[in-house]
Amino acid sequence: MSDYHIAANKLRTTPILTVETESPTVKTFTFKDKECSRAKPGQFLMLWIPGVDEIPLSILSTQEDGRVSVAVKEVGEATQALHSMKAAEIIGIRGPFGNSFTEKHGRILMVGGGTGIAPLLFLAKKVASKTRKLVFVIGAKTRKELLFIDKIEALCSKSSVIATTEDGSYGIRCLATMPLEKMLDEEKFDMVYTCGPEHMLQKVFDLAEKHRIPLEASLERLMRCAIGLCGSCIIGRYRVCRDGPVFTANQLREVKGEFGIAKRDFNGRKIPLE
Amino acid sequence: MNRLGVNLAGLNLSNPTMLASGILGYSVETLESIVEGGAGAVVTKSIGLEPRDGYANPTVVQVSCGLINAIGLPNPGIEEFTSEIRAAKTALNVPLIVSVYGFSEEEYATVSKKAADAGADAVELNVSCPHVKETGSEIGQSLEILSKVVRKVKEVMEKPVFVKLSHNVTNLTDIAEVAAKSGADALTVINTVKAMAIDAETAMPILSNKRGGLSGPAIKPIAIRSVYDIYERVKTPIIGCGGIANWRDAVEFLLAGASAIQIGTAIALRGPNVFSAITRGMETYLKRKGVKSVKEIVGLSHRR
Repeated sequence: MSDYHIAANKLRTTPILTVETESPTVKTFTFKDKECSRAKPGQFLMLWIPGVDEIPLSILSTQEDGRVSVAVKEVGEATQALHSMKAAEIIGIRGPFGNSFTEKHGRILMVGGGTGIAPLLFLAKKVASKTRKLVFVIGAKTRKELLFIDKIEALCSKSSVIATTEDGSYGIRCLATMPLEKMLDEEKFDMVYTCGPEHMLQKVFDLAEKHRIPLEASLERLMRCAIGLCGSCIIGRYRVCRDGPVFTANQLREVKGEFGIAKRDFNGRKIPLE
Repeated sequence: MNRLGVNLAGLNLSNPTMLASGILGYSVETLESIVEGGAGAVVTKSIGLEPRDGYANPTVVQVSCGLINAIGLPNPGIEEFTSEIRAAKTALNVPLIVSVYGFSEEEYATVSKKAADAGADAVELNVSCPHVKETGSEIGQSLEILSKVVRKVKEVMEKPVFVKLSHNVTNLTDIAEVAAKSGADALTVINTVKAMAIDAETAMPILSNKRGGLSGPAIKPIAIRSVYDIYERVKTPIIGCGGIANWRDAVEFLLAGASAIQIGTAIALRGPNVFSAITRGMETYLKRKGVKSVKEIVGLSHRR
């Protein structure tokens, strides 16, 4: 491994530059960090909320001037504490960590659920102008939780964006995976990228397997060290922080006993995914 | 003939490199990846009587020449872990050592016995963890308590018992001698060194536990001195541990008196293949020096 990974592992403290509200439960935090501004789509960082916790977050966007953004959903104590923070308050950053999506330029399908849309939007920005076709399926519980729909519609032609909500408040009333079956029967794709709740990833994986389309999925597990040492994030033989978070269909086949089924608890025990 | 083969307290290792405790080591699959990487033996994460969640993040912080960690001994507890031990014994073709911690001598003994019964080839008593109260280094810094713990464990099991020592004591060689006299079959030297990191901007300790243990290149000279000192005092085999990242580091530990070495932090830099890289380098070194067996260089730097 290159020294870069360890250079990236040094904790840098930096002020929050801006906080934007994306939905009732999601805020985007932007700060300056040189290392992470060089991140590739799919990589993650560890964000330290001083005195509270340190959490893994997918990188949403980077700017040439060194600005980096992450979208954070309020799900527990740590994210609640982060949501209460304002511009100029200090956070700590380690990373970027992990691998990234491989950039393909053929006919691309992206399927994102919840905040899982974030790394896909990052990827879409990089590849949109080079792809032959880009279809983006996004799903959320409600219209209000449907993230970055405007940005995605600006990137892809509007007809290529399929939005789904579980309550029908926007787009089609269904799970994000529902429109896929018909779409995959009718259209050809060279690559599927997906990120979101793992049950959704599993469904997307099954469909991609059925239609023999290569796939990459970004997984989430409990993270501690983020550098492949502590073993907290293991799935099968893989360390999600180091060998992932992006996994190919081949790798997911190897970990079928755990993918979409189980994760490791704080004490290392295998427990069912909720 | 295998130039690198060693016999460690009755265990046959195809080479003297071992996975240090605390690194990966929750599951058979990750231990397998370490063995495929070339390790001659593996030590699991420290296992206790009850499941333990460990500490909140941050649990690891990088400093100039290493990492400070206070993960807090997360583990599923020995009941849950026995199935992993059984599976590991079937899957792995190298000795499996289960690291054990406890809050009393009875706990150390109970967990060790269960681990051995499930198939562990040896146990390594963690009497040196620097960041959990009432276990680890609080056991290993008292001659009396350490002696009781080692004796109690030796009473209940026949398989080899390793004892992992802390450098954060005033009388390391006395402690090593007591561990040896109490029946330790090998001494792992050393665990992480008490350390801490504070962030200037926020004026806060970075680790959630505030205090932690330092590993990596920063502690290598400390560990070498510890091995060297203990080798002069006791006959019990020593397993060197602390900042080993390449074959030269490994050789230095052997020359100081270690019969085998453990690797942990370097896996973050070089991945599981760090083991085969180190063994290849050691083999080249032995050939170049005209040495037929790695055993011949153990303690070689002590000659006058």
